[in-house]
Amino acid sequence: MTLQTKQEEKINEEWEPKIIAFLCNWCSYAGADLAGVSRIQYPPTIRVVRVPCSGRVNPYFIIKSLMDGWDGVVVSGCHPGDCHYLTGNLVARRRFAILKELLEFFGIEPGRVNFMWASAAEGERFATLIKKATKIVKNLGPNKKFEKKW
Amino acid sequence: MVMIMGIEAENKEIENSMRETARKLLKEKEVDVIIGYTKGTVPLSSAPIMITKEEDVDKLIWNNLCYVNLAKYLVPKIPQLIDPEKGDLKVGIVSKGCVGRALIHLSVEKQIDLENIKMIGIPCNGIINRKRIEKEIGEKEILEFFTSENDIIVKGKGFEQKFSYDEYINELCKVCKVKAPPTLAELAETCVGECKEISSVDDDFEDLIEFESKSSEEKWEYIKDSLETCTKCYACREACPMCYCNLCFVDQNKPIWFGKTTDLSDIIVFHLVRSMHLAGRCVACGACSSVCPVGIDLNLITRKLEKIVKERFNFTSGIDPKKTPPMMDFRMDDAEEFMLEED
Repeated sequence: MTLQTKQEEKINEEWEPKIIAFLCNWCSYAGADLAGVSRIQYPPTIRVVRVPCSGRVNPYFIIKSLMDGWDGVVVSGCHPGDCHYLTGNLVARRRFAILKELLEFFGIEPGRVNFMWASAAEGERFATLIKKATKIVKNLGPNKKFEKKW
Repeated sequence: MVMIMGIEAENKEIENSMRETARKLLKEKEVDVIIGYTKGTVPLSSAPIMITKEEDVDKLIWNNLCYVNLAKYLVPKIPQLIDPEKGDLKVGIVSKGCVGRALIHLSVEKQIDLENIKMIGIPCNGIINRKRIEKEIGEKEILEFFTSENDIIVKGKGFEQKFSYDEYINELCKVCKVKAPPTLAELAETCVGECKEISSVDDDFEDLIEFESKSSEEKWEYIKDSLETCTKCYACREACPMCYCNLCFVDQNKPIWFGKTTDLSDIIVFHLVRSMHLAGRCVACGACSSVCPVGIDLNLITRKLEKIVKERFNFTSGIDPKKTPPMMDFRMDDAEEFMLEED
């Protein structure tokens, strides 16, 4: 094994993905907060964007994030039926379903985009799911297909 | 039917009955203007035409090159279809199956009023994939085109080539289940000419199995290779009857969501978002592929969109005007197997 590949391997081992997380203000953002104040450990891979509702997450946000070189995207909202705006997450769910299938069809690893529900009381669940999402994205490696080279 | 009669004879028959209906509509003043197809200026093409006088009816034609979806001319409203005194003109529109579907879906989206429209239904017998023929002919110039018994014959200086009709029609036409426009129960007088009653469309999407069984990497390679040549001329958008936004997302500059370059990333994003916007709305007319100047085949994506909405939401666009399109609707018990869950 040459020195270069050894170095590369080391980099890969240490490589941590960068994930952009769109969290809904009423549930998941509070859930993330709860995970924080309860001192539940989860990987520091996510960067949070607070949105009013998961229904606010336009598919543009997700595609643009991938284009800008984020390795993964997480969208989290209230459980169905618990939406602060009553039906925002139900509308979003249909959108996400189609986006996910289309990404898969285009040959972009669908694991890069993850959707989840986490309520304000589920700090534990939030941490577990972020751990899981990080693991999935880490296995996929850096996002190279989609990134725009300026 | 194609086998017994031959395409040429069938085209003639469709053409004659279409002209008859059109003549009758104009004579009885049921419509003010008829939108149809006429001979194109170059071989392997057709052109749209608007007819207001009875004697012009013979300009209408039907052949296997009428690839434009005429519903496009109704939305947004063009000045030719508005009378300064009478308001909206009554329009007769030559409708193959997909034009009929587009009209019905546009009325569901409240873009047109079907009461002002007469569908001159025709039993479409498939549209030729002209891009594929052009590719096969190569550099040589096509000067003449005609259909015979079961073949497409293309002539030019010093060459004559035969193509099998069954082989060279559009991929979407091969699997098309809605040849003639669907009839409407509550607006029965909208359909004149040949319309068929369709309650639901059964489709097994066998043509997609091969592509879907590929690995992520292989799919990406295929999509990349086929879209790479895209010059972002947006001809696909212009030809699409469902693309009627005042400001398309690619033209927006506040904010600039996606770049306007022909960088691979920008191209993929354009097609990804375009297909996203057409989910549950696309009527599978194949106009986008037919007008592409670099011959990109978008039919695969079209089929996938159809499959997604059919399997997920049991919806086929432009069949039943009473059904709400999936992206305008939601249900508490929608499938959510794609959501991340704890182990």
